[in-house]
Amino acid sequence: MRATLRSDTPSNLAIRLANVTAGYEKNVVFSDLSMEIACGQFVGIVGPTACGKTTLLKTILGVHPVISGTVHLHNHIAGQIKPGTVGYVPQLGSVDWTFPVTVEEVIMMGLYTNGRIWPWISKSERKSIHAIADQLGVYGSLHQHIVDISGGQQQRTFLARALVSRPELLILDEPTSGVDIKTQHEVLHLLGDINREGITILLTTHDLNAVASHLPWVICFNRGLVAHGRPNDIFTNEILTQTYGGDIVIVKHEGHLLIANSTPLNFMDNPH
Amino acid sequence: MEFFLEPFEYEFFRRGLLAAIMVGALCGIVGVYVVLRGMSYVGHGLSHAAIGGAIIGFTFNLNFYTGACIMGLLAVLVINQITKNNKIKMDAAIGIVTTAIFALGVAIVSKLRNFKQNFEAALFGNILGLTDQDLMIIACVATITLITLFFSYRTLLFSTFDHEAARIFGIRTEAAEFLFSLLLTLSVIASLNVVGVTMVAATLIAPAMTARMLTDSFSKMLLYSTLIGAITGIIGMYLSYIFNVASGTTIVLFSALVFSLSLLIKPLRNR
Repeated sequence: MRATLRSDTPSNLAIRLANVTAGYEKNVVFSDLSMEIACGQFVGIVGPTACGKTTLLKTILGVHPVISGTVHLHNHIAGQIKPGTVGYVPQLGSVDWTFPVTVEEVIMMGLYTNGRIWPWISKSERKSIHAIADQLGVYGSLHQHIVDISGGQQQRTFLARALVSRPELLILDEPTSGVDIKTQHEVLHLLGDINREGITILLTTHDLNAVASHLPWVICFNRGLVAHGRPNDIFTNEILTQTYGGDIVIVKHEGHLLIANSTPLNFMDNPH
Repeated sequence: MEFFLEPFEYEFFRRGLLAAIMVGALCGIVGVYVVLRGMSYVGHGLSHAAIGGAIIGFTFNLNFYTGACIMGLLAVLVINQITKNNKIKMDAAIGIVTTAIFALGVAIVSKLRNFKQNFEAALFGNILGLTDQDLMIIACVATITLITLFFSYRTLLFSTFDHEAARIFGIRTEAAEFLFSLLLTLSVIASLNVVGVTMVAATLIAPAMTARMLTDSFSKMLLYSTLIGAITGIIGMYLSYIFNVASGTTIVLFSALVFSLSLLIKPLRNR
């Protein structure tokens, strides 16, 4: 299945997958996947748990080997791109919060591939760290341990690490999970601002409602491409049922899409 | 003052103190990475593989360090290979590989009784019998390790904190892993004659754990752990002299005491 998200010349493509099959040993997660994402896009990948979203991200990032096919980022083979071109924000749940690092030390890691070998921060590095920390609202927490700041600030700290080297492509693994609804809204707005500065963004998420209200383009994924397009166009009962395998209710209210499972548990009906 | 200066009249104490300071600082700084990478069991396993290797080396007329280095590095390579290509976790691989090498050494000791004394010295440390060669090797390993850790600070910090993200950002994580395994093996072998096989793991872990209780910053943890390692080396040596007890045990016991105190200090620091 081919999903050319925007018809563009190859030099304008941020991500290009050609007939990619990937998986773990004998378990193929997705096969013969082809898709292209143009520079400047803001794209979200949605799908159920264990549908292969994270495998797809890691394949794009070059840390998960492909069984067949090719992955290119900005015309370079994934994994061989110049350091600093791609920024990555991991799931907050995968972070070791007991590790002794301050917010400043985490952001600093984003500059560790700039070729400098001295351990301490140079004047220009400090300037870059302070600028991005200020832009993302974590300047006041630079010397705090990463566990001592709020969930929103934690997400912004890892976002700052990804952005401090001024990447062309930003990839985020579930940036809206583990944070409250207000923080979700803040993070997605912030990503929108970053995208408007010209940075291509690709993220995975479970939160369909947040995607529907914030992202311009969505890929529905379940061990392969189900559909792609604007949320208003592709968040249909048919496509979401095909993606998630269950009945989904979609309500349109004052221009917003509200998506829910059609068979909610009603605890009030339970006699126990 | 005289009390502190009196042991310096003895050559063995001066040598022992110098070795204890260097080994304490070396294990202190390396131990930070060992603790944060969840490799506490590696130090324990490597010391056993090294002593097994030293004994196997004796049968081929190799000196202590050559046999220990060969088998220590071989153990690291085999463990990495087993965990990379199979569904076996590192602690299980360490348990099999290092214990097998140690067992081979014990088998040789029980068959050929003539180097039993050396074997016991390596098990519990032999700070009184340190030679110029021992001191030179400890100094060389400490210098090489400090310089390497200094220049690979950024690479090792990122790959220790988040291995996968470090790889995505362009850090050569596999090279960093290999480099650290090499430094750890050399540090363990250099420490064997001072603290002994049975005490090396605690010498690696205790200063780093204490430092972790005192700071939330990685760079400060490295500094504190190095200083704590060196200071516990000094005080451990004095306690060894005063109570006439093996230096490895006094260093480890004092390290454990300092760690216990740090557990009490942490809640006060957090107020």
